[in-house]
Order: sequence, then C-alpha cells, then structure tokens
Amino acid sequence: MEEKWTTVLKPKHKLMDLNLKELLAYKDLIFLFVKRNFVTKYKQTILGPLWLIISPILTTLMFVVVFGNIAGLSTDGSPQMAFYMAGNIVWAYFSLCVTQTSNTFVSNAAVFGKVYFPRLVAPISTVITGFVDFLIQFALFAVILAVYIFTGSPVKINAWAFATPLLVLQLALLGMGVGIIVSSLTTKYRDLTILVTFGVQLWMYASPIVYSLTQIPEQYRFLYLLNPVSPIVTIFRYGFLGSGYVPLASWGISWITTIIVVFIGVIMFTRIEKTFMDTV
Amino acid sequence: MQDTVIKIENLKKKYRLGMIGSGTLTADLQSWWAKKTGKEDPNRKIDEKEQTNKEFWALNGINLEVKAGETLGIIGANGAGKSTLLKILSRVTAPTEGEVKIKGRISSMLEVGTGFHGELTGRENIYLNGAILGMSRSEVDKKMEDIIEFSECRKFIDTPVKRYSSGMYVKLAFSVAAHLDSEILVMDEVLAVGDMKFQEKCLGKMGDVADKEGRTVLYVSHNMNTIQQLCSRCVVLDKGRIIYDGDVEEAIRIYMGTVKESPVDVDLSEMERAEEHAGRVAFMKRLQVLDAESSVFNRDSIMRFRLSFTTELDNPKLYLRAILHYADGTPVTMVTTKESFSAKKDEEQSIVFRLDSKYIVPGKYTLSLILYEVNQFGTYRNCDGVKDAFCFEIKAEEDYAHRMEWSHRYWGHVSLGELLIENE
Repeated sequence: MEEKWTTVLKPKHKLMDLNLKELLAYKDLIFLFVKRNFVTKYKQTILGPLWLIISPILTTLMFVVVFGNIAGLSTDGSPQMAFYMAGNIVWAYFSLCVTQTSNTFVSNAAVFGKVYFPRLVAPISTVITGFVDFLIQFALFAVILAVYIFTGSPVKINAWAFATPLLVLQLALLGMGVGIIVSSLTTKYRDLTILVTFGVQLWMYASPIVYSLTQIPEQYRFLYLLNPVSPIVTIFRYGFLGSGYVPLASWGISWITTIIVVFIGVIMFTRIEKTFMDTV
Repeated sequence: MQDTVIKIENLKKKYRLGMIGSGTLTADLQSWWAKKTGKEDPNRKIDEKEQTNKEFWALNGINLEVKAGETLGIIGANGAGKSTLLKILSRVTAPTEGEVKIKGRISSMLEVGTGFHGELTGRENIYLNGAILGMSRSEVDKKMEDIIEFSECRKFIDTPVKRYSSGMYVKLAFSVAAHLDSEILVMDEVLAVGDMKFQEKCLGKMGDVADKEGRTVLYVSHNMNTIQQLCSRCVVLDKGRIIYDGDVEEAIRIYMGTVKESPVDVDLSEMERAEEHAGRVAFMKRLQVLDAESSVFNRDSIMRFRLSFTTELDNPKLYLRAILHYADGTPVTMVTTKESFSAKKDEEQSIVFRLDSKYIVPGKYTLSLILYEVNQFGTYRNCDGVKDAFCFEIKAEEDYAHRMEWSHRYWGHVSLGELLIENE
C-alpha cells in the first residue's frame, strides 16, 4: 500500500530548505505578531505611538544643529529639515530591520523551543511592524514637505518619488537579510549582538544620511555607492527634494547585493533553525 | 486495520557533552589559531586533559509506529529521552539520524502558555496562541466560544493576562491547545497544573479527544495514574531506547522495575545532595544493612541499619527522618526518631536504627534519609539529606491478602493489618 505522509523529518536537508507555501499558511500568525509587537510596544507609555513622530523630529533637529549648522555640511540646496528628515526616516527603518531581526533566535528562544512554526515568521513580522512605523513617519515627512512646498522653498518632487515602494521593499529585504545572517551567527557567538549596535552606527556614517552624496569626491563615488544603502537614500531624496541625482547603475548593483544577502540569509537561517535549540 | 499516522525509523539524536565552542568568537578563534600553530589552547580548562569530544546519544535507535486514534503513553526515568523524542516530533529540533514520517498535522503542548504575552488580553492571546499552534484566524473564531467556556475565564477574557492568576493562565492555555484541530496531539506533563477539578476536566477532555474525535495523542508523564487513566498503549524508554512497547499495566511494572535494588552496604558520600546541604554541616557517609544479605525483606520483618556520619556541629541534638516512597515516586510515609542522639564534632561515628516494615504493603520502595537538628528554641534545620538512599523490596508471604495481587493503584501502600470481626 502506497502511503502518503504529510511530513517527513530527516536529518539531512537541502542547501535551501525554504517552504514558501507553508510560510503563506502562517500568514495569520505573521499578522498577529505584527499586531502584538505594535500593541505591546506602547502599552503603559503616556504618549504611546506619538513617540513615532517625536523621535524623528528630535533626531532631525539634532542633525540640523550638529551637521547642518555647526559642521556646516551642504544639503545640495534643499531645506535642512526636509533633507535630514528624508535620510533619517529611511535610516531609521533600515537600522530597525537590522537590529530587531538580528536577535530573532535569542529573543524568541522560549517560543521556538516549545513549538514549531516556520521560523521566518518572526523576522518577517518584525520587518512589517517596522514598516508600520515607517508609514507613520513618512506621513510626518509628507506634512513637512507640504509646508515647504506651500512656502515656496526649493523642493521639487519628481517622478522618482514613485520609486519609493520599490526602495522601501529593498530596504526591508536588505535589512532583514543582514539581520537574519547575524541572528544565525549569534546562536553561537553572542558577541555579534554587541557588534551589531556598533556596526549599524558606523554604517550610518558610511551612508549619505547626515551629508549628501555630492560631498564624496567624484573619483571615490562609485566605490562609495557599493554600499547598498547609499543609492537607496540618494534616490529617495532625489525623488522628493530634487537634490542630487539618480545613480542608476549603482542602484542595479545595490539590488544585486540585496538579493545575494537575502539569499545567503535565508540559507543560513533555515540551516540554523533546525538545530539552534541545541546550541542556544 | 487502522492507519499508521506516525512512523519512526531508527531515530537517533546526538548531543555533544560539555560546551559547544566557548560562546564567543574571539575565544574560538584563539583556540583555532593555537591548534593551527601547535600551541597549547589558551582557553582550555586546567584539569581538562585533551579536547574530549564526548558524545551523548539522547535517542539511540527508536523504532515506533503509532496508529490513528491511539493514546500512547511514554514513560521512563529522567534522561531516558522522552522529551527529546517529543521535541523531534514537534519539530523543535532535528534528528541526527533516522526518519520520522507523520501523517496529518501535529501540534504540541510541551508547556502550556507558550507564546502568551502578558500585555495582551485573554481573547487576543487565544488568537495569538492558536496561530502559533497552527490554527488560522477563522478556525479560532469558530472555536472561540468553546475555548472561553472551557477555560472558565469568561469574566476576565478582555483583561490583559498579566493580571491573571497562574491557575487562570494555565486554564486558558490548556483550553486553546485542547481545542486544536490537529490530528496528532503531543503533550509533555501538561496536566501537572491547575486545581484538582480542572485537572479532572482536562483528563476527561483528553479522553474525548482520543475516543470520540479519533485523534492520536502522545503523552509523556511521570504520573502513573494519569498514564493509566488516559493511555491505551505505553512505551518505556531507557537510555534512548525503547525497552517495552505494549500494555499499560505491564509497561508501568517494567518502568518501576528499572528502579534498582541497593547493595547492603551503601556509600552515601557520592550521592547527590540538594543545594541546601552543600554546606555539609553534617555529612552522611555510609549506610549498612544489618542482619540481612540483600535488600529484599520479608513482610513483617524489622529492618536494621547502621548509619555513619560526621558533623561540624559542637554537641548538637540530632534527629533522623526517613521518608518512604513507592517505586513510582509516590510518597508513602515518614518516620522520625523520637529522641535525639548526641554526636561528637569532626569525628566519624555511627548510629543503629530500626524500621518496622509491618505497615508497608509488599512492593518496591525507596528510603530517603534526612539528618536534622533541633536547637534550644525548638526550631529545626536540615543538616544533610540523601534522596532515595536505599532501594528495597518487601516480599509477601504466599498467602498474603488471600493471594490477591495487591493493587497499589487502588489500595495504596499502607497496611493496617487485618479487619477483625467481633462476635457480639
């Protein structure tokens, strides 16, 4: 009699053991995790989700004072507030994706150790939670932009603004990719967690967040744009502020990098998820 | 013939003993570099001789088939591999060798309340927990009423669970898991919680799940009573292997048989102590059985022991307490010395005590010993304790209880002698 098994558990696995169909079956769980993350983040806080608006305003003001006025860095003619805000919300989303997904295994060890569900549910829901934050901050950015346009400041929204969804998707993928690579490594080496906080900070200064791309000398610019985040920020700024330019070729390379990172991340993640309970 | 829903073939799981790496990247790199250059590993512990890559097979070749609708109990001593088996079945960890084939959805209740979040309300947690266990939102919606009803928490269902009592927490968690629609349910000692009434209810529900709904249940427990009530078949694990598979009563008998018999001269100094006795205010060294060749005693005999010990206390008033457990771990009774005995400081000395076995029903028992002190204010303190210091068996005479086989489960472990008829 030919028997049909729904699940076969075996020790050896393929290089990439990603079951997208199963992941899709758990979409309710992803949604509930997002909701849980969002609800619990602001329980027992006075201002609640208002923090999502307050913190980018404060950071942006700090950038304006420190980098715009004290250091006197050029913003390519864009209003400082809008310029730094653009970089800030993009970076905030990216760094959140990296840092929050990088401790997936360690922070979920209790649940992962007891019950099975596709482990990728956890980082994906983290990234989506971050996306909700991003949307709220983006709305704030839109308001500031509207004020500038209304007062006739040199802000030129153009067709590249429509590339935003693609840019955000890329940010999410890249952030999650880096995050899950780190999370796979942290199951064995805890010191990487410390490195992440530090590394993300360094990475910010290696990306055109607090300064513009045009500050980089022409001959190094291509090298500089190998940082996959650089083209994303630059294009985002160009789309909404009209300052700088679109480094198209670098954006292509950036996408290739992103896809490779995600690929490596998923391979490492799916390998680790089977046995991480024995090492954590 | 019923369908096989789980088929386990030559399943093995290996763990490495000791540390896996050192946990930090720098230390691992150092060790690696030292190995490369032939130098001594700077991270090696002083008394560690070589990098001993000791392996431990938590499961060592398990073969098992489970049919649909069966309630399979899994018993075994600590470390026999029960939990590892369930972990592999519930896909928390992967096997090292072998294969497990499963038909249908499998859901585990390894510990109730997994994934509950304190800030969310009971209702939100039901959705979340259901989703973690693999239910879709619409499935949970359909069962929501049943779940709330079963959990007895309706009044608090919209309150954050962090304000719940631990009992309510557990009730709610169990209710969610019990209403899962999966074909196979894996449970690890979940019933050890909640009040008596709720435990009964849970057992009833579990029985229904298997009998009426035809689902398969795998149940791990140390509680022989629930195993007997719940299971239709039972396997006994020992050192990662199945040593028995079949009838529940027989399985329990075999499991209890693995409780070994002690020699007549027991070295207590190597035996494990609880944390509180680490100070060694007193230390029991040796327990000798007097006037007996083995640890099998006839019913109605007087057991005599000599206990050697040392103490750091100056002229203490010491007492000895003996706790009797039945082989399955159920406590039977406690006896203590009435009078204190004096002891000299830092000197090995011994006492002889006797234990009357006439109140104990024939069977296998373990004896735990606790040495304690009572000070002049009348408060006592435990000085040293050894759990299961001595394992022994009481043998029945031929015609004991009219040759009826004593049912420990229904009749207990204590004998009151005989019922006397009075002629009026």
